[in-house]
Amino acid sequence: MANLKDLKNRIRSVKSTQKITSAMKMVAAAKLRRAQDNAEAARPYAARMGAMIQNLGQKAAPETAPALLVGTGDDKRVLLVVVSADRGLCGGFNGGIIRTARREVEALESAGKSVEVMMVGRKASDALKRELGEKIIDSREGVQGTAVAFAEIDSIAEVIRARLKEGALDRCVILYNRFISAITQEVTLSTLIPVELPENAETETPSVAPYEYEPSEHAVLEDLLPRNLSTQIYTAILESSASELAARMTAMDNATRNAGDLIDRLTMQYNRTRQAAITTELIEIISGAEAL
Amino acid sequence: MATDMTTAFELVTPARVMLAVDARMVVVPGALGLFGVLPRHAPTISTLKRGVVSVYVDGQTHARIMVDGGVADVTEERCTVLAERAVNLDSTSSAELEAMRKDAEAAGDADAAAFYDASLALSAQ
Repeated sequence: MANLKDLKNRIRSVKSTQKITSAMKMVAAAKLRRAQDNAEAARPYAARMGAMIQNLGQKAAPETAPALLVGTGDDKRVLLVVVSADRGLCGGFNGGIIRTARREVEALESAGKSVEVMMVGRKASDALKRELGEKIIDSREGVQGTAVAFAEIDSIAEVIRARLKEGALDRCVILYNRFISAITQEVTLSTLIPVELPENAETETPSVAPYEYEPSEHAVLEDLLPRNLSTQIYTAILESSASELAARMTAMDNATRNAGDLIDRLTMQYNRTRQAAITTELIEIISGAEAL
Repeated sequence: MATDMTTAFELVTPARVMLAVDARMVVVPGALGLFGVLPRHAPTISTLKRGVVSVYVDGQTHARIMVDGGVADVTEERCTVLAERAVNLDSTSSAELEAMRKDAEAAGDADAAAFYDASLALSAQ
């Protein structure tokens, strides 16, 4: 039987944990709003960029199109960009990403492909450093948060573009948590290179007046594609930042509630123990008095 | 909404829609030289050079926005400029520009520093 002093200490410690988790929840909720606004504000750019690429991509001849658009025509070497959080305490957020990344690497390797991994965010990098070792070509920290600098993201994209240029990769995929709502985030795998073009786009977009391209179709595409890569990564990281905060908010809310339950249970036990002690004491006194 | 007399102009950066306005005319620094966009302009997609986008709303310059390259997507009724780096020369003070230049220099981004330097020179005019 735990004694009263132990119980009291226990209750005190759970209470202080509860204060921390509830504060973390509030902070996450406040930051989530900003992160969500950021993610939404970034959508027009990505959407317009996407539309232009679709438009141009359908016209480009596969033989002459830049590698950023159609890939190298091979599918042997794959670069996986893994976006996780820099910090923990956000429920299944990092766990989901790490698990999927591990599975993806295994699946690709058993299919006979060579895999390279690029880490954005500390958590996945820490967890997979040992088993992936040499396959990690780059890892970044501290790019996420409520303010994501585009220039920073551009430098990540630059690494990928350089790898593609020197012919070290055929396909590039990004793995991140897509923000659906404050309570749902989905681990998403999307292909950056080659650019995915819808097959039946011609039926969807009725051909309006044909565009003129300045200086030329090819030059516009050459200019647009690197930007598109950066934009896609930027969007993914913004989504991931919003998801991280949402996941943290939910996790901390649960933790706060659990702490509350635990406090109730411990308080009940504390009262019972106290009562039992008093009863024992009384019995002792009474039986002492009766014995006289 | 754009009417017969105006073009729906938008300047979008990765972070936000910087300016959205119905304009009489827009002058854009295209890769092959400056070009003006009036309503019912032929659909064009052009890459941009570093330069100033001028937006005329009613006879006078409404806004001057410095862009660091980018793309312009022009159709008969709208004109969309996508730029990674853009500065509104009218609403950004030279002190702010100076601070941005310093930041870029500190980050070792010579390209951005040069861009803000050029913006600084233009905003003084």
